[in-house]
Amino acid sequence: MNDLGRLERFLRTDPRDVGCDEAMAILHVYVDLAAAGEDAAGRYPGVTAHLLACGPCGEDFAGLLLAVARG
Amino acid sequence: MRAEPAAAGGSLSDVECARAPAKDLDEESAGWLRRLGADGGERLAAERELHARLVRIALAEVRRRSARTPVTGQELEDVAYQSAADAMLAILAKLGDFRGESRFTTWAYRFVILEVSSKLGRHYWRNPPVALDAGQWERLPDRLGIDPERHAESAGILAEVRRVVDEELTSHQRRIFVAIVVDGIPLDALAAELGLRRNAIYKVIFDARRKIRRALVANGYLEEPGWEQR
Repeated sequence: MNDLGRLERFLRTDPRDVGCDEAMAILHVYVDLAAAGEDAAGRYPGVTAHLLACGPCGEDFAGLLLAVARG
Repeated sequence: MRAEPAAAGGSLSDVECARAPAKDLDEESAGWLRRLGADGGERLAAERELHARLVRIALAEVRRRSARTPVTGQELEDVAYQSAADAMLAILAKLGDFRGESRFTTWAYRFVILEVSSKLGRHYWRNPPVALDAGQWERLPDRLGIDPERHAESAGILAEVRRVVDEELTSHQRRIFVAIVVDGIPLDALAAELGLRRNAIYKVIFDARRKIRRALVANGYLEEPGWEQR
């Protein structure tokens, strides 16, 4: 990966990306699947694409997953 | 021809299937609904228990995010308690919307996590490390992780990025791109300042990324494809 790899990755967009509103609307469903070790990414590829690309939604996913894991 | 991303109004079928009518609830979720729907002491006890959980989660969440926000100390704790209180009100108001697609607690905890995000965005402006419209282009190489010794090598592509931003983005797109990407203002903070939804900001950045990438490919700075199959 050269120095411009981060720029290249940032500019790369995924047409499956569902956007923030739709990803957050089912975040609880996605997190329950992920917490149970099920294939959340396979079931909701558009949400996965979004969580990988959107920092704030990715943070919310990480936070909710941790909250669920802690009980 | 590729499908348009849902961020730009495309198919949301994978999302909508999650909104099916409620299935049989797990025992714990059914218990929460029963207790929160009861009268008197049982309901109050359930509300107290849920609120305590929300406070614990909110405190853990603001601490987890503390390195990435200018909000600190007592204000950070206040954000947590306010988030828990507002999430509690929202949960009680929307109990009828819970359809059992997830465990009740996961559904409920989502409210407090989203409240923390929103409130940290608003509180950012009480002590912002960078002003809106600062336009710190000189910091872009650092933000992109480019080694200072290689800034000269990257100058051409970064100049092309700036040209596209200056000449091909609309003024609205340019303002948002510069704030988020060049100045590093958190997306939720910008959304709060401009009175926009997070998704509206994301959509602008999404479109700008595509536009800039197309220009960089057209001018030989990057190669196709712009999207990798996962």
